Amino acid sequence: MRYRPFHPFALAVLLSLVCLSILPVASAQPPVAPDARDVQQRVVKIYGAGGIKGLEAYQSGFLVSPEGHVATAWSYVLDVEPIVVLDDGRRFESKIVGIEPSLELAVLKIDASDLPYFKVDKEFNAQWGDPILAVSNLFGIAAGNEPASVMQGIIAGVTNLDARRGTFQTPYRGKVLILDLIANNPGAAGGAVVDADGRLIGMLGKELRDSGTGVWLNYALPIDALRTALGDIIAGRATTVPKENNPVLRRDQSHNLTTLGVVLVPNVLESTPAYIDAVLPDSPAAEAKLRPDDLILLLDGQRVGDQQTLIDLLRRIDRRDAVSVTLQRGNEVLPVRLQP
Amino acid sequence: MNHRVNRPLPGSTAMLAVVCFALFCSGHPSHGQDEGPLAAAGQAPIDNAPIELDPLLRSAEQARVAAVDRARPSAVSVFVPGGGGGGSGVLISPDGYALTNFHVTSPAGTFMRCGLSDGRVYDAVLVGLDPVGDLAMIRLLGRDDFPYATMANSLQARAGDWCMVIGNPFLLATNLQPTVTWGILSGVGRYQYPSGTLLEYADCLQTDASINPGNSGGPIYNDQGALLGIVGRCSFEKRGRVNVGVGYAISINQAKNFLGYLRSGRIVDHATLGATVTTDPDGGVVVSNILESSDAYRRGLRYNAQILEIDGRVVTTANDVQNVLGTFPSGWRVNIAFRHQGITTRVPVRLMSVHRQDELLAKMASALPPPPPVPDQPEDEGEGEKNDGDQDAEQGGEEEPKRPDLKRQRRPTGHGGAKPSIPEAVADLIVQRRGFANYHFNQVEQARFIGSLRSQFPANQFAETEESKTTAWTITGKTGDAQVKLSVADDQYAILVGETAMRATRRSELFDAVDTDSIAGILPALDAWRTMLKLGPEKFGEAYYQGTMPLGGQRPLRDCMVGLYGEMEVRWLSHPETGLVECIEVVADRDSDPAELWVLREGDDISGLELRYGTDVALNVSISDWTQTESAPQ
Repeated sequence: MRYRPFHPFALAVLLSLVCLSILPVASAQPPVAPDARDVQQRVVKIYGAGGIKGLEAYQSGFLVSPEGHVATAWSYVLDVEPIVVLDDGRRFESKIVGIEPSLELAVLKIDASDLPYFKVDKEFNAQWGDPILAVSNLFGIAAGNEPASVMQGIIAGVTNLDARRGTFQTPYRGKVLILDLIANNPGAAGGAVVDADGRLIGMLGKELRDSGTGVWLNYALPIDALRTALGDIIAGRATTVPKENNPVLRRDQSHNLTTLGVVLVPNVLESTPAYIDAVLPDSPAAEAKLRPDDLILLLDGQRVGDQQTLIDLLRRIDRRDAVSVTLQRGNEVLPVRLQP
Repeated sequence: MNHRVNRPLPGSTAMLAVVCFALFCSGHPSHGQDEGPLAAAGQAPIDNAPIELDPLLRSAEQARVAAVDRARPSAVSVFVPGGGGGGSGVLISPDGYALTNFHVTSPAGTFMRCGLSDGRVYDAVLVGLDPVGDLAMIRLLGRDDFPYATMANSLQARAGDWCMVIGNPFLLATNLQPTVTWGILSGVGRYQYPSGTLLEYADCLQTDASINPGNSGGPIYNDQGALLGIVGRCSFEKRGRVNVGVGYAISINQAKNFLGYLRSGRIVDHATLGATVTTDPDGGVVVSNILESSDAYRRGLRYNAQILEIDGRVVTTANDVQNVLGTFPSGWRVNIAFRHQGITTRVPVRLMSVHRQDELLAKMASALPPPPPVPDQPEDEGEGEKNDGDQDAEQGGEEEPKRPDLKRQRRPTGHGGAKPSIPEAVADLIVQRRGFANYHFNQVEQARFIGSLRSQFPANQFAETEESKTTAWTITGKTGDAQVKLSVADDQYAILVGETAMRATRRSELFDAVDTDSIAGILPALDAWRTMLKLGPEKFGEAYYQGTMPLGGQRPLRDCMVGLYGEMEVRWLSHPETGLVECIEVVADRDSDPAELWVLREGDDISGLELRYGTDVALNVSISDWTQTESAPQ
């Protein structure tokens, strides 16, 4: 079995993982396989934006707290407040409580309690050769109250994606679990990957295709890469929900697009994304080397769903203060600081 | 938190553990050499000793090999003669009956060639078609000891169970050795919306075992090698017509419902309730609309009634209702439990056809691929791509009609010899007739029916008469204290119950009797029976074998023979094992209850007759005498 050339660091990580892993194989007692039903009950179906131009209006997610925190892939499906359908068929409107663009991770919250959920372990014990189950709403097959689809396979490799930049259209730069099953179909993003004990080890990523070979990648983001962000969002330390209690300032005291030196694309939609159209010279934006076509994702840690949100958020920031912005440029997610 | 459940599914999850283990081990030696530290960290030290397999692993692997060996002989590779494509199938009886997909047989028409893993090729003929469910029955010829599959109960299948698919993907089985792919059930009870206008997959199985074009019609087995379903469809999208980890199979329980219908040689339709339902936000499934002409309405189902069970299966959502109903053939009568205004009713309900017959045939014709190209004539390529528009639910199966490169390879077989010649012995088993896939098989069932009817009471009591003679029946008995006399002869029908007497001389009068739920509705049932005995199905008028269906919502499934009698439709329902007629139904107006003549027996003799409309008994007669005369009683 051979991998692509190893990044030395990846190899080190892999080795340490191997050392850490408990190998039930060695014992006489065989490992207990997960009950598919048990896993399915923790996976949810998410319905949101899309439904045109081959963009599916659904994806997958899984519960990470008994109070209804749902981890999922951050995608266009979440451009509207998504509907979450639980395994038991119950439907909930959800709120996006946090996103981590560089991980393509979003956390939704539904108003429920006592739900079955996945514990996000500190230790990450998965390695290549391990059997896994992938549970997702691929192709939106599981209509109504039907449980999510279950697939089986093994981890074919644990490696980094960014060996060749631009090969895969994703801002994610960490290690991934390469899977030997065709798991990453439309709608599968956000699905749960569990090991033979039913422990959560990863989240299915969005569809990725090797731009050179045209091969579709089957992969998952390892849960240890998501753990910190998940924990921070669930605990409220890193929520991207607008901070409503910041007061709106007077227009001549608050920031606005001009004080930052940003011109956005024409606001023609009900919810136009905050794409930069032009950067004014000698402005904080020019200083921070912002460019046209940059997309503003977060402003001081708060999610910028559309241009109106951005303008509203700026009204609550004193124009003498620096502003931190997370933006997407092509496949990169960049944090920048705009200093007035 | 530990959400591990120490309750492995029988034979499924335990296997997962073991096979996982196998995967780990089998990967071991190679990286033991290449990447020593990995192996050293992960496993017992590697030396030159042969690898010892854990006994559990060994037994699991042996069980898997045994299951494959058990299953493989019943898998069929279907080839359309002349290179017109093909697919897969599975044998279900020692006399060669096999199931496959409608869309596999459709390019072949009535004759195909089938390979088994024994390396032999057998001629096969089409038996019956279910175009809505995408099922076809074929019969392999030449043996009466074919290996055949054991059927599982697909309702017991669960997501996560191991399963395998054996078949002819990409028509690779040119050496007749089928391909085995292994995986798990990804979902059960899936409902797939109709693709195009006709196909509907209800209550189907979803698997991640590789399913590719050519696997269509083939078997999916459980890890014991028992038949779970018939593979039929894949989710194909932008990644091309190859496996993307999602394949669907028609559940074998649905196929079981249709076996009798398919054996009839007919083109069969699916059933509908005549009502629409919605999932109530507060839980349960309620009727949102209902046809007043439906039997369901006559049985008391109303708008806003909550449907609880259909055929013994609990339903809680609209999806459930679709799933259960979609597995029934038209004309079945199944028990339905519903709650309306606080009252729970459990009652047998007759299901309606989804299509009118003409409509079904027209839709089926439009779903057919173009006929194989005829040499010396320009090829017509325009029609084969019909189903390609469906983005996520395209038919799998025959690939060749869609591949012009393969078409070109087809050699002309000589002037005018475009159609593959059908061997004479096979041609004798093919009878074309409108509305039938192969009328020959209906004739076989008709012969079986009339043979059985003539050998049972009352026909077996009387000496055989020449056909030209007029026969008449006179039946006497009692209902309560009242005397009953029933007599039927050609154009002479009479009933006397106590002081009430009714006579008729025309079948149209009998029609009215049934239509008005009169006790005289017993007469057409008796007379049709008498006429069938006298004339046989060929001279009776239009008569055909319908298939098997529950009687009054109860199993076992009864054989059903249908004959048109005047303007009425008469159905004989006979026990599948004894062949004894248990009920004769006479349908006058489709929008009203048919007359049901229930035959009560003591041993093989008839002790009583009971006439029912809907669920009400109109007349109950205990029989004291049943005589046959050679002319009508005066």
